[in-house]
Amino acid sequence: MATKTFPVEAGHILMFARSVGDGNRVYSDAEYAKTTEAGGIIAPPTFAQASAQFDPDYGLRPKIGQPWFGSGKNATGITRAPGGGGGGGGGGGLHAEQHFEYHRPLKAGDVLTATTTPGKTWEKEGKRSGKLVFSESVTEYRDQNGELVITARGVGVRTERPVEQPAEKA
Amino acid sequence: MALSAKSLKVGDAHTARLVEDLKRTQIVQYAGASGDYNPLHTDEIFTTQVAGYPSVFAHGMLTMGMTGKMLTDYVGDARLTKYGVRFTSQVWPGDTLEATATVKAISEQDGAKIAEFDVKTTNQAGVEVLSGYAEARLDD
Repeated sequence: MATKTFPVEAGHILMFARSVGDGNRVYSDAEYAKTTEAGGIIAPPTFAQASAQFDPDYGLRPKIGQPWFGSGKNATGITRAPGGGGGGGGGGGLHAEQHFEYHRPLKAGDVLTATTTPGKTWEKEGKRSGKLVFSESVTEYRDQNGELVITARGVGVRTERPVEQPAEKA
Repeated sequence: MALSAKSLKVGDAHTARLVEDLKRTQIVQYAGASGDYNPLHTDEIFTTQVAGYPSVFAHGMLTMGMTGKMLTDYVGDARLTKYGVRFTSQVWPGDTLEATATVKAISEQDGAKIAEFDVKTTNQAGVEVLSGYAEARLDD
């Protein structure tokens, strides 16, 4: 179980909303947002995922002074163990499912505490990518008063080889 | 504006274009905002030469986020109570996506009207890239 603090900031909400192509002013304009049912700037429905920014151990962000597996002088910045598999294996796995339950709207100014617990794992034989290993995690986001705001359940998958593409996408 | 239970019936559907000709820059923008810097989404050299994919591809969560805009535009701000998806196919630069929410059920829970929706996002070839559900509070 891991616990992280996630301050929900208006500027971060603005950048996140832009990145998903959502110009709704309830995510960016405090004066306008006050006049809506939300009563102030709220976060878009998938914003909780951006808590990764505040997770000091998050593996998919380059860290100061540490090797990074993306390209630089070479195609990858680290030497991988042989036979480590391709595809998802080359990038820390793929995201298979994501589920959110909203107990109340998430608002700018909230300070969330995220507590993640690992869920079950299972395997499946995939037609397009060989053996698939799924693993689930559940994160509860509680606010500054200890009230549950969002329950998130994610499922990641590691593939034996890169996912084959349907013919029309070659 | 939120949806009203009176004006909604099972089978009603709402479709929106999410993105036309998805740009790599938007994927980079999502990486920066979300904090997910997996090179599979932003680093063409790593993704083609090391991971073995034909190009970088979008974060599943970018597709879920864009599909979320379709939902909140439809049901209203601060109305979603549940939203969950499976990522069924990858989304690539150049893709054009459309998402549809279809009313599956309307019920009453603790005195509030609730609608359940099936949610689906497809690309320009008609391939489903995301499949899921949502639930929202309605006005009476």
